[in-house]
Amino acid sequence: MTASLTRRVVLASAAPLMALVIAVVLSSIVLLVSGSNPLEAYVDMIGHASKLETQVDILNRATPLYLSGVAAAIGFRMNLFNIGVEGQYLLAFLVAAHLGAQVELPAVLHVTFIMVVAMAVGGAFSGAAGVLKVTRGVNEVISTIMLNAVAISGLAAWLIVEWQAGGEISATGGRVGTQPIAASGLLSDINGLVETFTREITQGKKLTGVLLIAIAVGVLYNVGLNRTVFGFDLRASGANPFASHAGGVSPKRMVVTAMTLSGMVAGLVGMTELMNTGFYPSNPIAGLGFAGIAVALLGRNHPVGVALAALIFSFLDVSSGILQISGAASREIVVIMGGVIILTAVIAYEVMRRIREREEATAAAEAMAIDTGAAR
Amino acid sequence: MALAIELTGITKRFPGVVANDDITLAVTAGEIHAICGENGAGKSTLMKILYGMQSPDEGTIEVGGRAVELASPAQAIELGIGMVHQHFMLADQLTVLENVILGAEPMLSFGRIDFAAGRAHLDEVGRAYGLDVNPDDLVETLEIGERQRVEIIKVLYRGARILILDEPTAVLVPQEVDELFRNMRELKAGGATILFIDHKLDEVLEIADTITVLRQGRTVGTVRPDEVTAGDLAEMMIGSELPTPDAGASTVTTEAALVITGLTVSDGERPVVDDVSLSVHRGEIVGIAGVEGNGQVELVNAIVGTETPQVGAITMLGHEVTHRSVRQRRDMGLSYVPQDRQRDGLLLGAPLWENTALGHQTKAPYSHGPWLDRSGMKERTGKVRSDFDVRTPSIDVAAHALSGGNQQKLIVGREMVAGPAVLIANHPTRGIDVGAQAAIWDDIKQARARGLATLLISADLDELIGLSDTILVMLRGRLVARLDPSEITPRDLGAHMTGAVAP
Amino acid sequence: MRSGLDRLPAWGRWMIYATIGVAVLTVVQGFDDTERLTAVTSSQAMLRWAVPIMLAGLGGLFSERAGVINIGLEGMLILGTWFGAWGAINYGGWWGLAIGVLGGALGGLVHAIATVSFGVDHIISGVAINVTAPGVTRFLSSEILADYDGGSITQSPRTPGVGRFTFPFLAGGDLFGWDTPDILGWFTRRDWFFVSDFTGLARGLMTQLSLTTMIAFALVPVCAWLIWRTRIGLRIRICGEHPVSGESQGINIYLYKYLAVIISGGLAGLGGAFMASPELSGIYLEGQTQGRGFIGLAALIFGNWRPAGIMAGALLFSYPFGVGLRDLDGSASHSLLLVNTIALAAVFVWALTKGRRVDAGLAAGLGLGAAVWYFTSSTVPDWWISILPFVIVLVVLVFFSQRLRMPRADGLPYRKGET
Repeated sequence: MTASLTRRVVLASAAPLMALVIAVVLSSIVLLVSGSNPLEAYVDMIGHASKLETQVDILNRATPLYLSGVAAAIGFRMNLFNIGVEGQYLLAFLVAAHLGAQVELPAVLHVTFIMVVAMAVGGAFSGAAGVLKVTRGVNEVISTIMLNAVAISGLAAWLIVEWQAGGEISATGGRVGTQPIAASGLLSDINGLVETFTREITQGKKLTGVLLIAIAVGVLYNVGLNRTVFGFDLRASGANPFASHAGGVSPKRMVVTAMTLSGMVAGLVGMTELMNTGFYPSNPIAGLGFAGIAVALLGRNHPVGVALAALIFSFLDVSSGILQISGAASREIVVIMGGVIILTAVIAYEVMRRIREREEATAAAEAMAIDTGAAR
Repeated sequence: MALAIELTGITKRFPGVVANDDITLAVTAGEIHAICGENGAGKSTLMKILYGMQSPDEGTIEVGGRAVELASPAQAIELGIGMVHQHFMLADQLTVLENVILGAEPMLSFGRIDFAAGRAHLDEVGRAYGLDVNPDDLVETLEIGERQRVEIIKVLYRGARILILDEPTAVLVPQEVDELFRNMRELKAGGATILFIDHKLDEVLEIADTITVLRQGRTVGTVRPDEVTAGDLAEMMIGSELPTPDAGASTVTTEAALVITGLTVSDGERPVVDDVSLSVHRGEIVGIAGVEGNGQVELVNAIVGTETPQVGAITMLGHEVTHRSVRQRRDMGLSYVPQDRQRDGLLLGAPLWENTALGHQTKAPYSHGPWLDRSGMKERTGKVRSDFDVRTPSIDVAAHALSGGNQQKLIVGREMVAGPAVLIANHPTRGIDVGAQAAIWDDIKQARARGLATLLISADLDELIGLSDTILVMLRGRLVARLDPSEITPRDLGAHMTGAVAP
Repeated sequence: MRSGLDRLPAWGRWMIYATIGVAVLTVVQGFDDTERLTAVTSSQAMLRWAVPIMLAGLGGLFSERAGVINIGLEGMLILGTWFGAWGAINYGGWWGLAIGVLGGALGGLVHAIATVSFGVDHIISGVAINVTAPGVTRFLSSEILADYDGGSITQSPRTPGVGRFTFPFLAGGDLFGWDTPDILGWFTRRDWFFVSDFTGLARGLMTQLSLTTMIAFALVPVCAWLIWRTRIGLRIRICGEHPVSGESQGINIYLYKYLAVIISGGLAGLGGAFMASPELSGIYLEGQTQGRGFIGLAALIFGNWRPAGIMAGALLFSYPFGVGLRDLDGSASHSLLLVNTIALAAVFVWALTKGRRVDAGLAAGLGLGAAVWYFTSSTVPDWWISILPFVIVLVVLVFFSQRLRMPRADGLPYRKGET
C-alpha cells in the first residue's frame, strides 16, 4: 500500500519537476544569450525568497492565485473552460468594494456581507455563460472571453466612474477608486499567527487573512469533489456527459452549477487586495484570472497541487522585483520561466498519462491472458 | 493460379497481448478469400498490417510475388491494395467526390484540383461496377448502404486490384447483404481479389472461394467452403460449437412492468418515434428489430429519460414516469445497458469502482445521503467482478484498459446487481467475444426467470429470435409488425425490417 | 427548401447584405441628422481596424479547418506586433511584415508541437501561449527596444510603413502619372439621397489605401481558393473533418496539421505587424492588441468558418470603432443604437416566420432595451463603443449558435494509428 502510494506520488510529481528543470534550463539559455549570469540570478531569487518578509509577500500573492486556480479547476473538472475568471473577479471586486462601503455592520457580518456580494457577482456572471451554453448552445470558451470584455472594458469601466469617491483626485489627476470600506469590513492580517510560529517579526509586511479563506475553499473543494455524491456527479459529467446523463446526471444542470461555483470562487480572488486596501483602485491588480488557469493546469486541478503551483508562480512574481533591484537579470525572465513551465508541464502531463495508460492496458491484458478460456 | 498476397510468419504484439502470432496466409489472385474468427481473434490487426496502417514485429509480406515493406497506407495503395473499413472512413461535411478523390487528387497547375477529371473518373468506375452514387451529395445525407458504396468506389477509384472488406455485412440487413454480394461477384468477375472479414458463417459459406480461420491470433487452417459445414467452421473458430441464444421456457407473467402508449418523439421537424405503444411484462423479453436509424435510439432515450417525448405516456411499475428525471426512473428500478458502451456507459478514464457506481451513485452501498461510500463502492465492484467474470488485474485500473467484452460485462454486471425491475438492453452483445456474449445471454435469462422485464434492441437477428418472447419490428419510427420468434427466420425478419413485407 | 438568396454565391449574398446595411445606415443617419455613419473617415477607419481582426480570423480558419482550435491567436498577434515593429525599424516596412509573419508563425509552431505532436488540449495550449507571448515580447523589449532611441520596455520608436494606393477612375487615383477622373467622387458631390452615401462609402474604401490593407483583403479570396480548390486545402480540411479517413487514404495528417497551424500563426502575425505599422499605430506598444485576436476568433465563428464570412465579421466588428474614432461627443455612436434596434427587429421578424418563439421573445426584449436606451439618451459612453463588438458576437451566438457548422473533428485529439 505504501509502496504504491510512493509510486503514485513519484509518478504525479515527475512531470511538474521535469517541467521545472526544463524551464530552468531554457531560462538559463535565454539569460546567457542576453548576457546575464543565470547562476547569479537564481542565487538572488532564492536568497530573496529565504527571508521571512519575502515569504509573506509570496503567500499574499499566492492567495488570490490559489483562489483563481481553484475557480478554473472547478470548471476543468466539469470539462468546462472558464476563461472568464479575469472579468468575474474584477467585477466582483468592484461591486463588493462599492456595496461594502455603503453599509455599516458589525465586523463579522460586514466581512461576510462583502464576501457574499463578491461571490454572488462572480457566480452570476459566470453562471450566465453556463446558461447560454445549455439553453443557446454557445460555447463557454467564446462566451466567457466576450464576457471578460463586457465586464472589464464595459461594466467595470462604467461603474468605476459612477462610483468613484467624490472629490478625491490623485496627484496625477487620475481617479482614486471607490469609497473606502469601514474598518469593520476588513479582515485583519494574521501576522500574529506567523509570529507565533516563527518567533520572527514580519517587518511591516502583513499576511492577508484571506489566506485562511483560501485554505477553507481548498478543503471544501477537495471534500465536495471527492467525498460527496454531488462531486461524483460533477466529475462524471465532466468525464463523459453522455454516460452520466444515462446514469441520471443532468448535464445541463451540472454545467450551470459548475460555472456558477467556479464564478463564486472567482469572486473571492479580488478579496486579498480589497481586504488590504479597503477600496477598488483605478488600476487593480489584473491578470490573476489568466494566471489562475495556468495555476490550475500546473496543479492538475488537485487541491494540493494547485496550492503548490500557486506558490511557484507567486515565487516567480515576487522574484522579479529583486532581479530588477539587484540587476542580475532582466525581471521579465520570470514571465518567460512561467510560460515555459506551463507549456512543458502540460506536455509532460500528457506524456505521463500515455505511459500510465499503456501500463494499465498491459496489466489488464495480462490478467486476461492468465485465465483465458476459463469458464465461470 | 498466382498468389496475390502471401503473408508468412506475421507477428504483432501490443502491450500485454500478442494480436497476431506467426500468421500465414496465402490469397490466390482473383478469388474471394474470407478471414473468419471471433472478436479479438486478430483479424482486424492482420488487415491493418496488410494495409500498412500498422507494421508487423516479425514476418514477411509478399504482394504479387514481390516482398514488400508496408509502412503506410500510401504504399499499400500504390501496390493496388484498398480497404473498406468497418467504421466508414468518410467525412460527413465533404461531398462524395471530395471523399473519393482524397489522397489521389487529379491535379491542374498551381496545386489546383481537377474536379472535372475526378468526377469523370468516379462516374466511370461507378458505371463499370454498377455502383450508383451522386458525386455532389454531402456524405451526411447518405444512407448506410450508399455510404458503403462510396467506400467501395473510393477503393476502386485508386485502381485497387486487391480489396479488403472489414466486416462489411455487420451493418446490413439480409437483403442489403445480397446486394453487396452481387457487387462482390461483379468485382471478382472484373478480375479483383477480395479479402473479406466476417464471422457470420452462413454468409462466409455462401460467398467465399477460400476460408482462413484465425483463433487467438493464430492461423487455425485454410479450407474450401464445399469441404466444411458451418459447424466445422465454428469448431475451428472457438474450439467448440458456437453458442446459440436460447431463452428456454416462457416465464412471462400477466403483470405489466413497462407500458408505453402513443409515444411520439420529434427531432424538431418530423416524428422519429411515431405513435409507439407497447408493453413489457415481468418475466418477459420483448425484442425490437429494425434497421438502424428507424427510431430505436430515440425510443430508448425516451424510456430512459434522456429525451423528452412530445406526445404519449410511459408507465413503469404502475407509475407514470413520462416527465420524471433519469435519476428518478433509475431509483424506481430501471436499468440500462446502452448501445455504445464507451460513449454512453463508461467513464473511460475513471477506475472500475467509480464506473460500477455510475447510474446508481445515489443508493447504498455506493453512498449514504450526500456522502460517497468509497469502501462500499469498492466492495460492490469486487462482487460484480467475481459474479460477472470481469477479467481485470484490479478494480483500481481505468475502464479503458479493459477489453470490449470485459467492459460490457462490467456494465451488465452493475445494472444487474442493482436488482432492476425493468432492463433496457440496447445491443448488449455487440462487438464482444463469444465467451462474453454467452455469459451476457445467460445473465439476461436468469434475471428474466426472476421476473425482470426486458426490452431488447439488437441488430443481431439470431440473438433477437433466440432470446425474445415477442418481436416488434420498427420502421420509420412506427411499430409495423408483431412477430412470434418461434415461427420466424432471420430472412423473414429482415424482410419486415426493410418494409418488403406490407404490414 | 433553399430560398433564392441561398442559391447565390457567398460573395453575392454578402453584397446584398452590405447594400441593405448601408441603406439602413443612411436612413438612420437622415433621421438622426449626423453624417458620421457613412462618412469616409468612418469607413476608412473601419477598413483599417478590420484588418488585424480579419487576419486573426483567417488564421483561425486554417487552424480550425485542420481541426486545431486556436485561442492562442491573441498571443500570436502580440508576437506579430513586436516582431513586425522590430523588423520594420531595422529593415523597412516590407521586411517588418515578413518578420511579423515569422514571429506569429513561431507561436503557431509552438501550438502545433503541443497540440499535434503531444496531444495537449487545444484550449490549454492556447491559453499558455496567450500568457507567455506578452512575457516574451516584454523580455525582448527590455533587451532590445529599450536600447533604441525613443524606445522603452513597453514601446518601440516609430515604424516605417509601405506605400499607399488610390484606385484610378473609380476614386481618381494616378495611373502611370495620369490623374484619372474621380467617378465615385462625382456622384458623392451630387449629394443624392442614398446614392451619394453609397458612393461616398465606396470611394472612401478605395482612396489612399495602404498596400498592406489591399494585400490583407486580397488574402480573403486567396484563402478561400486555397481551402476549397487546391489539394493542400482539401487535405487540411480532411484533418478537421475526419483525420482517420485521411490517414487511411495515405495522407500524412500530422504534416498538414502542422502546416495549417503554422500558417494560422503566420496570418495572425501579419495582423500584428499591421497593427504596429503606420497604418494603425505606427509603433509597437505593449497591450495594443486589446483582445483583437479574440475578436478574430469571434469573426471566425460569426463567419461560420468561411473566409467571406470572416471578412464580413471583421468589418462589422470594427465598424462601431470606425464610427467612434472621430465621434467625440458620442452622438453618432448613439445612432448605432437605433441600428441595433432595427437589426434586432429583423431578427424578431425572422424568428417569428420560423416559428421560433423563444428567439422572437429574446430579440424583442433586447430590441426594446436598445430602443429605450436610444430614445432616453442623446449620447453613449465610450465604454459601450469598446465592448460593442463583443456584445454583437454574444448576441449573434445567442441567436445563431445552433445553425453554425464547425468542422466535425475540430478540437478533437488525433493520434496516428488509433481509430
